[in-house]
Amino acid sequence: MILPPVPPAFYLVLSGILFTIGVIGALTRRNAIVVFMCIELMLNSVNLSFITFSRFLQSIEGVLFAFFIIAVAAAEAAVGLAIFVMLYRSKETINVDEVNLLKW
Amino acid sequence: MKLPEIDLYLIAPEIILTAFGFLVLLADVFSPRTEKKGYLGILSLIGIVVAFFYTLPLIGSGKSGFEGMFTADGFALFLKVTFLIIAFITILISMGYAEREGIAFGEYYALILFSTLGMSLMASGTHLITIFLGLETMSIAIYVLAGMLREDRRSVESAFKYFLLGAFATGFLLYGIALLYGATGSLQLKEIATYIASKNLLRNPMLMISLVFLTIGFGFKIASVPFHMWTPDVYEGAPTSITAFMATGVKAAGFAALIRVFFTALPQFRPDWTSIMWLISVATMTVGNIVAISQSNIKRMLAYSSIAHAGYILVAFVAGNDIGISGILFYLMAYAFMNLGAFTCVILLGKKGEENTLITDYSGIGFKYPLLAASMTVFLLSMAGIPPLGGFMAKVYVFSAAVKEKFYWLAILGVLNSAVSVYYYLRVTVLMYFREPQREITGLQFSPASVLALIIALIGTFYMGLFPANVLSFAQKSIVGLM
Repeated sequence: MILPPVPPAFYLVLSGILFTIGVIGALTRRNAIVVFMCIELMLNSVNLSFITFSRFLQSIEGVLFAFFIIAVAAAEAAVGLAIFVMLYRSKETINVDEVNLLKW
Repeated sequence: MKLPEIDLYLIAPEIILTAFGFLVLLADVFSPRTEKKGYLGILSLIGIVVAFFYTLPLIGSGKSGFEGMFTADGFALFLKVTFLIIAFITILISMGYAEREGIAFGEYYALILFSTLGMSLMASGTHLITIFLGLETMSIAIYVLAGMLREDRRSVESAFKYFLLGAFATGFLLYGIALLYGATGSLQLKEIATYIASKNLLRNPMLMISLVFLTIGFGFKIASVPFHMWTPDVYEGAPTSITAFMATGVKAAGFAALIRVFFTALPQFRPDWTSIMWLISVATMTVGNIVAISQSNIKRMLAYSSIAHAGYILVAFVAGNDIGISGILFYLMAYAFMNLGAFTCVILLGKKGEENTLITDYSGIGFKYPLLAASMTVFLLSMAGIPPLGGFMAKVYVFSAAVKEKFYWLAILGVLNSAVSVYYYLRVTVLMYFREPQREITGLQFSPASVLALIIALIGTFYMGLFPANVLSFAQKSIVGLM
């Protein structure tokens, strides 16, 4: 059985939903690693949008952009996890609520 | 099929910054561990000077290349000169400070060079991929630099906050770019503008959402209200030399990309974003100035003052005419000199294990360290906008641009705000000269490099206040063809 092709709008809606889940998660979760995972989800939902648009518009630039986002996200993860380790060493927690030395 | 043309002279400054970044890293690895690392700073300074001399011949050529991904127009080059000056002064400050705090590794200088590279790419990019990559090159380097003081909990916390919020804002920026791409089918700024004009997409909901998301993404980088919450925490915790670099360089680069994207790709939406930016500008000035009054830590006070300065610059952005944009360029350069100078004074007043960053620590230093106090006074007065200093002329240009475009209320609110700001700048001066010292500050070491940085900043501040015409005419020539 051959399924009919999924219309591009569906992918965009999915991307929007994923982005929203990412934003809500990043704002409500308290564990830094989960927050960071939510941010990664936001970036990946953007990738999905880019690839959908790229296919729909028959232009290669969107796919290229998605590759760059993947590369940058990897670099960001490397730096971010190093910062989390450093934080854990100095405070023994990565709960974002307990990181409150600096405030007015 | 035709191979794309590659003009390496166009990106010579960027190539040199990258090469020297790697050279510094290698020199650090291959040198004996026990030796003092002062020469790493000197090597980076040489890199910046060489990059500067490869930037100068490009001025006036207005060339672009790499299939419309990169341009070396006047706007980009003016900003590149600004970034190189900022990086130069930052490294000069760092040579004493990083040694004192024990963070003078090769990575430290290399990361400053790499983030300068990112800034130049942001100013030069005419394609959203270039701009995004520049932004991330800059930001990731700065995340690391902010947490460079590994033993200091506040520094770690500042890196942590900057990283999480920076990555969060990047998500918004990228979603904005994706929607822009989906609506117009291009990532090249000029092509986007042409497409929007030809198809009359002014009421396209996708573009409207994209505009909002781009404003959020860039608003975070320039620290405008309501996306400013990270600024005071990050600026307070980061090593002071890096705070100075962030307050001047990152902000200038953020404005560069903001202006480039909004004025080149989205000029059709001018009426829409003018009203949003009007509100953001007023909120940024007011919140920055009012909260700065109640601060007790000088780094935090300067952080809020840098938020307020972003608000003044946005006044010119809203006006958006020739005087406005050249005024922004002038402002960014003047702000670089005075803010780097002020942070240099903050650094010089501290020593290992004793930062002395409380505002009350400044009481009475006017008699003990007269030259240091006098320079601090000059920088603070310049930020407050007192003639004949650079900050005054910058504000004159910015507000006159708003008046010329008939944004009278915006100009009035700007001037009122700058009157409020005089209070907290003068408070430090009053403490320095009219109060008895609260506790003894002794044993300060003035490293020659930091003193040189201070002198350069002083010269810059005075020069831009006394002879503004030279820099302004350079700025005015620079923006030809931007809009």
